[in-house]
Amino acid sequence: MTAVPTTPATATAGAAAPGSAGGRRRLRGRYLAVLILAAWVLLSVVLKGRDTLALGGAELTPLHTRLNEGMDAIDAGRNSNPLFLYFINYIRLFLDESVTFVQALISQPSFGRPVPVVGWLGVTGVATAVALLYGNRKVAALTAAGFAAFGLLGLWEESMDTLALTLTAVVLSLAVGIPLGIWAGLSDRVNRVVTPVLDVMQTMPTFVYLAPLTLFFLIGPASATVATMVYATPPVIRITAHGIREIPVNTLEASTSLGSTPAQALRKVRLPLAKRTIIVGANQTIMAALSMATIAALIDAPGLGKTVLKALQTLDVGTAFNAGLAIVIMAIVLDRVTSAAGRRVEAERRAGRARGPRARRIEVGLVLAAAAVLVYLSHVYVWAAKFPGEARLGSYVKQGAGAASEWVQDTLVTYTDALKNLVTYGLLNPFQSLLAGSPWWLVALVVVALALLLAGRRAAIIAGVSLVLLVLLGLWHDSMVTLATTLVATLIVMVLGVVAGVWMGRSGRVDQVLRPVLDAGQTMPAFVYLVPILGLFGATRFTAIIAAVAFAAPVSIKLVAEAVRGVSPTAVEAATAGGSSTWQLISKVQLPMARAGITLAASQGLIYVLSMVVIGGLVGAGALGYDVVAGFSQYPLRGKGLAAGLAIVVLGIMLDRIMRAAAQRAAARPASQ
Amino acid sequence: MAVPSLTEKSTPPAAAAGADDPPILDVRGLWKVFGPRADRVVGTPLAQLSRAELKHRTGCVAAVRDVSFSVRRGEVFVVMGLSGSGKSTLVRCLTRLVEPTAGEVRLDGEDVLACGERRLRELRRHRFGMVFQHFGLLPHRRVLDNVAYGLEIRGTKKDGRYERAREVLELVGLAGFEGSYPDQLSGGMQQRVGLARALAVDPEVLFFDEPFSALDPLIRREMQNEVIRLHREVGKTMIFITHDLSEALKLGDRILIMRDGALVQMGTPDQVVGAPADDYVRDFVSDVPRSDVLTLSWVMRDARPGEPLDGPELAPDTVIRDAARTVLSAGRPVKVVSGGALLGVVTTAEILEVIAGPDPGNPDSPGGESR
Repeated sequence: MTAVPTTPATATAGAAAPGSAGGRRRLRGRYLAVLILAAWVLLSVVLKGRDTLALGGAELTPLHTRLNEGMDAIDAGRNSNPLFLYFINYIRLFLDESVTFVQALISQPSFGRPVPVVGWLGVTGVATAVALLYGNRKVAALTAAGFAAFGLLGLWEESMDTLALTLTAVVLSLAVGIPLGIWAGLSDRVNRVVTPVLDVMQTMPTFVYLAPLTLFFLIGPASATVATMVYATPPVIRITAHGIREIPVNTLEASTSLGSTPAQALRKVRLPLAKRTIIVGANQTIMAALSMATIAALIDAPGLGKTVLKALQTLDVGTAFNAGLAIVIMAIVLDRVTSAAGRRVEAERRAGRARGPRARRIEVGLVLAAAAVLVYLSHVYVWAAKFPGEARLGSYVKQGAGAASEWVQDTLVTYTDALKNLVTYGLLNPFQSLLAGSPWWLVALVVVALALLLAGRRAAIIAGVSLVLLVLLGLWHDSMVTLATTLVATLIVMVLGVVAGVWMGRSGRVDQVLRPVLDAGQTMPAFVYLVPILGLFGATRFTAIIAAVAFAAPVSIKLVAEAVRGVSPTAVEAATAGGSSTWQLISKVQLPMARAGITLAASQGLIYVLSMVVIGGLVGAGALGYDVVAGFSQYPLRGKGLAAGLAIVVLGIMLDRIMRAAAQRAAARPASQ
Repeated sequence: MAVPSLTEKSTPPAAAAGADDPPILDVRGLWKVFGPRADRVVGTPLAQLSRAELKHRTGCVAAVRDVSFSVRRGEVFVVMGLSGSGKSTLVRCLTRLVEPTAGEVRLDGEDVLACGERRLRELRRHRFGMVFQHFGLLPHRRVLDNVAYGLEIRGTKKDGRYERAREVLELVGLAGFEGSYPDQLSGGMQQRVGLARALAVDPEVLFFDEPFSALDPLIRREMQNEVIRLHREVGKTMIFITHDLSEALKLGDRILIMRDGALVQMGTPDQVVGAPADDYVRDFVSDVPRSDVLTLSWVMRDARPGEPLDGPELAPDTVIRDAARTVLSAGRPVKVVSGGALLGVVTTAEILEVIAGPDPGNPDSPGGESR
């Protein structure tokens, strides 16, 4: 069924010049693909319900039981196995202590005091001072307002817990990531080793390693920190390496020709020139860490994520929205401050500091002194330590959001139900019955054949191996159900992506309006928009699809817009001069020429959708997502949960490889119109 | 100029022209082949193949093919060729910014290619200086720090290097811009910074890699004059890469013309214009106004019996254009004299013939081998 996401590519391929040999082969391939699909549909009707390998929610295969035993063995070895005793336990201790220490500083009562060492006034002061010294006045004001909002929403302590976890993970990620990135930037060999590892770290759905991590680091801050680091370190490594690598050759050459040593070239040329890029990497890492730190609530990480999760479980839209708002505010503050710092570095690099070193020293001194006074006040006085007031704002937000969600549910129920039913009965159910209702060997055969046809032999082999693995993991049926929802979600993502992307790519004004919305959608932690969606559609498969679409669509739209904008203006001009209508221009010039980009958008969209599978399991999607979630909470099911996590990875790798190979084919084809 | 260290080692260009002095830079059989297993090409029959054939057969590109030349102390040596002719690779091979595949490069007799990392760095820090086409300035440093960079990395103390940087900035006419950042300067000024940076370390040999081709024509001419002035003032040996023939003729004491990585012709500007080695060079120089380049020695003839020999005297290396007024106003043959000996005479007829262009019917006329 991999044909579905590549629809744009195959559709345009069909219009290729039929005269050429390649064109004829492509046409034949297309007919074959249609034929295979038709045969599949026919056979699935005949063989319905046979060999579907369905497995009940609490049923286990021998493999799952063995996984359970293995995990038990690891549990048992925690205090005797030398690997634990001398290595992992120390790491755990270190991470736990680090997070707890930061918490003691800013969020939790500590050192025998009823309040943390630094109260709200002090934290706000320090944060504002940092924003002022590294960013500018505007972001400093934003920071102060943002931190005040945490208090006003009644979520000071939770916010600080999230901040503590995020900051600890960020500091550790940067401490690991920047040196590694520099190394990868300097050495091709290191880069070649690191890149595929980062690929896996970034494409693997985060939930997959959450549960296994708790095996080694137990539930709590240590696991949360490691999970956050796994997710947040890749961007800074990648971007730092890129920054070190992209230094203009002639600048380096000039330095070498003057006789600089490699170390001097690094210190005096590469690092200063890459500084801005490294800060961009740090920004990405911070955003990733924040979103992961909220998701880590699933393994009992403290903070706002936990509040959202609890509210989700009780369907308390108001509370979830309130905490979600705090997360968004924190994301905006962190993003704006680091972006401003990056811009400032760039401006100073190009033109020097606005003020002389003396004035700067005085400025720094004054700001730090002011922050120190606030810290002292918040250490000593209760009013500056505990956020005063009743957090009225928070209760207003909760009530307002709750009421709004009820109103929307009551008023829009006809439309939302219609939409839900349309997608569920029109797309999802037929798909699911085709994938999960046919014999497993039939599905496997079709997928391998299609992969061979559309993406080549290598992809077909990978697909075959992956499908066998899914069978071996004992989760074939659940995998197919998940695949059905994933593909439907990807289809919707691509429809949205092409429509909005083309619109954006063609019109600067639409771009200006849509881009910030998409940016917000991308930076916002996934939990946040789950809440209103859940309110609207209830806990169903459709909700999971919408959540996945909301997560994945921004990326796809942006990529399509980029591809459309990348179409050579001369070609567009020539077509316009030839008298093409707008529709002809889009369908005959812009889309075909943007084919490679659109395929990339589809493949990225699919990966993003897949990484939401577990969240989908939380809101009623069932199948693999549910298995993973159940594995978190139910002891006898944790082996199965682990297997389900692996199955998601296998699905992801299979789809990703097929898509990539298909995309490469599309890119290699000459645009033959 | 009040820059003692710059003039200390200088030798007047005139004296340097003496061909008997040992060359400062001696290049023998230099090869640079890019590509897989490039070392198997040199010294085998493959080396005889044309560039295209070599690429086809082995996937290797011979950027520099068996080039030999020597540069005299104090000389301006120009390497000229079109893009892709290998001239930039050649100059990079000399300082080993690009590692040559085979050959020999000697600086004052020392084998540069045999130097270890440390020794090579020493050479680069003290004896070579290079100016780049795209400047290669560090955007995050002030002009002063850019110029002082070479001194900084070889360990000169702050006061010393700033003092020296200020001197050099004054020399290149950038006094007052010490605190600016490169991005705040025009292209021509940025290249002056590049020039100052190369000069700051007081090198013996200055390499210029198409330094002015990114500049607009007016600025380019100004910078060329600047180089001529600097050469006169500091007398450094200069190796200058360009694709611009008029630049080569204007600056070069000698010119090496490259094509497809190989040396086509090497000689003084008037040799290149007056006696092109092959059709390629002939085509190249066909647009050059000959009277601007050729000297009297190219057009003088023996005095005919009975010709009056009481006219003015000129040296044989006088450029025809500079001699024209004297010859035209003399009203009789002008004597070409070197060291008291009469070499020949020049009359209005010879001058006019050069200016009118070659006579197609008489290919032996001076420079008449073109078109």
